[in-house]
Amino acid sequence: MGYYILRRLLIAIPSLLGISIVLFTVLALAPGDPFEELATNPAVPPEVRVALRAKFGLDDPVAVRYVRWITAMAQGDWGYSFVSRINVDDLILQRLGVTLFVIGTSQILALLIAIPVGVIAATRPYSLFDQIANTLAFVGFSLPTFFTGLLFILTFSIWLDWLPFVYQADIRATGWRWYWEHVRQAIMPIAVLGLFQGASLVRYVRSAVLDVIRLDYVTTARAKGLGERVVVVKHVVRNALIPVVTLVALQMPAIFGGAIVTEQIFRIPGIGSLLITSILANDTPVIMAVTFVFACLVVLFNLIADILYGWLDPRITFR
Amino acid sequence: MAGSTLASRSAEAGAPAPVPASVTVPARPTYSPGRESWRRFKRHRLAVASGVVLCVMILAILIGPLIWRIPINQIDFAATLEGPSWKHPFGTDDLGQDLLARMLYGGRISLAVGLAAMFVAIFVGTIVGAVAGMSRGWVGSALMWLTDLFLSLPALPLLLLIIYLFRDTLKAAFGPEGGTFILIVIVIGGLRWMPVARLVRAQFLSLREKEFVEAARALGASKFRQVLRHILPNALGPVIVAATIDVAAAIIAESTLSFLGLGFPPDIPTWGRLLFDAKDNLDFAPHWALFPGAAIFLAVLTINFIGDGLRDALDPRRVL
Repeated sequence: MGYYILRRLLIAIPSLLGISIVLFTVLALAPGDPFEELATNPAVPPEVRVALRAKFGLDDPVAVRYVRWITAMAQGDWGYSFVSRINVDDLILQRLGVTLFVIGTSQILALLIAIPVGVIAATRPYSLFDQIANTLAFVGFSLPTFFTGLLFILTFSIWLDWLPFVYQADIRATGWRWYWEHVRQAIMPIAVLGLFQGASLVRYVRSAVLDVIRLDYVTTARAKGLGERVVVVKHVVRNALIPVVTLVALQMPAIFGGAIVTEQIFRIPGIGSLLITSILANDTPVIMAVTFVFACLVVLFNLIADILYGWLDPRITFR
Repeated sequence: MAGSTLASRSAEAGAPAPVPASVTVPARPTYSPGRESWRRFKRHRLAVASGVVLCVMILAILIGPLIWRIPINQIDFAATLEGPSWKHPFGTDDLGQDLLARMLYGGRISLAVGLAAMFVAIFVGTIVGAVAGMSRGWVGSALMWLTDLFLSLPALPLLLLIIYLFRDTLKAAFGPEGGTFILIVIVIGGLRWMPVARLVRAQFLSLREKEFVEAARALGASKFRQVLRHILPNALGPVIVAATIDVAAAIIAESTLSFLGLGFPPDIPTWGRLLFDAKDNLDFAPHWALFPGAAIFLAVLTINFIGDGLRDALDPRRVL
């Protein structure tokens, strides 16, 4: 097992490097100059500009700049936000927690929806329930998150006035009330993300269960006289969920996309809305760092999925 | 096709002849592969209904602006934020501009982006997949590593980053509309080719060992001809299905960008852009958000259903 984890870790490093190369290439290919404002500003003499360029190494070859950038990133020096006047890594650390909380809870919600519905649909294939579930799943993942978010706000905040639609990081309340307010404001964003994700997972769960349910060992379990419930829950679902783990990990990039949109709609102070505000404010160091953090999270979740996979399915550990 | 001619000939011969018991089976009509697929597609009722709805939407977008002749940028302060009425069936926005006209125009752009981005994705994906599927050496594994790398890129942040960095240059080169269109299409397509590449590679790996390809090889067909005439047509079914679903995904991607305020400029009312403008007026003009949102939803839903129907029709081995 230790060897397996080590090997997966070693596979993750080149993909992280590859992603960083892609990101840096995009940045290097991009037109525009960080010192553009100085160039158009008549109060700054050209010599100062040249000196600044030399100081920050902007005229060096691309490869040299890449190595300098990646070593700085690896040492935790992520630059300085021009807009927020704070180090980028501090800024991201402040905001990362909220994002991970929203994504994590919505994933749990998605699995809580997708697994029971998918399993029931697969145990009665082509039944009425299966057809309704399938149609609803199509509706669910065809509704873009930004539209569901607006619909939720319209229904639950404006018409019914049940839930607040602006997320507040600092709630002035204590004790139980503090928790209650947090739950209330988190319901809509989590539901938007979780329903979307759950809808796309239902069909995967269904087909995974259908693949397993016709295997011989399930027939054996039935022949032993086990109840249908035990057969499904203990024998089928356990094995069917193994590929679902990989699928959840593969969906991670899409989930982050949804999270950015949701954070923007509900004004959640996470790294997604940080990305949007820094794009609108032309805050390049923050944009680069947030994109890189998203990429790292994707790789991290893939790694976790691989390790979970090895733990769930002992057949592949020793390969 | 040999099979179908034979069957029909025996049916013709069997009909007039008076009858051993085995031939009394009514002559079964035979279908060409195309009609067979159509027959399977028709069985998916939701897909057929979706096809009709989508056709109506496309017709409305294409012909609508010729009939509904209110200009998209006609400002009328006497009629701001009005709800649906006979004069403005979808209501008006905060400048009194007619939303139906704006949506008809925006729909053209949204669907055009979807289609064009799909073509980019399919083109790149098919080439990468085909090369990876045909090569037997390190090229294939290198391309697949690249594919996996792109799969783990966070698409939306990268999309935003690229658009942030490049939009001004392209706008200067091709005008605000053309520049944004080219950029968005290339970037969305360029970040969605990976599933197609994997699909095509998997198809190629199995097809290239089949007897008919071997026969073509034995007859001296060049590698290029083997791919183009023999392997690719047989791998096309799943690719068409993936292409359909890619259109829906590209429409969502473009709407998302516009919704975040980073897609098309404000004077080009794509559906996502309309939602972006509407979201701050939700409490007193809900119609402004509901109509474009419903249009995106309907387009994406129908395309997804059609994709599902096409999967039943073109990919018969994959029975779920």
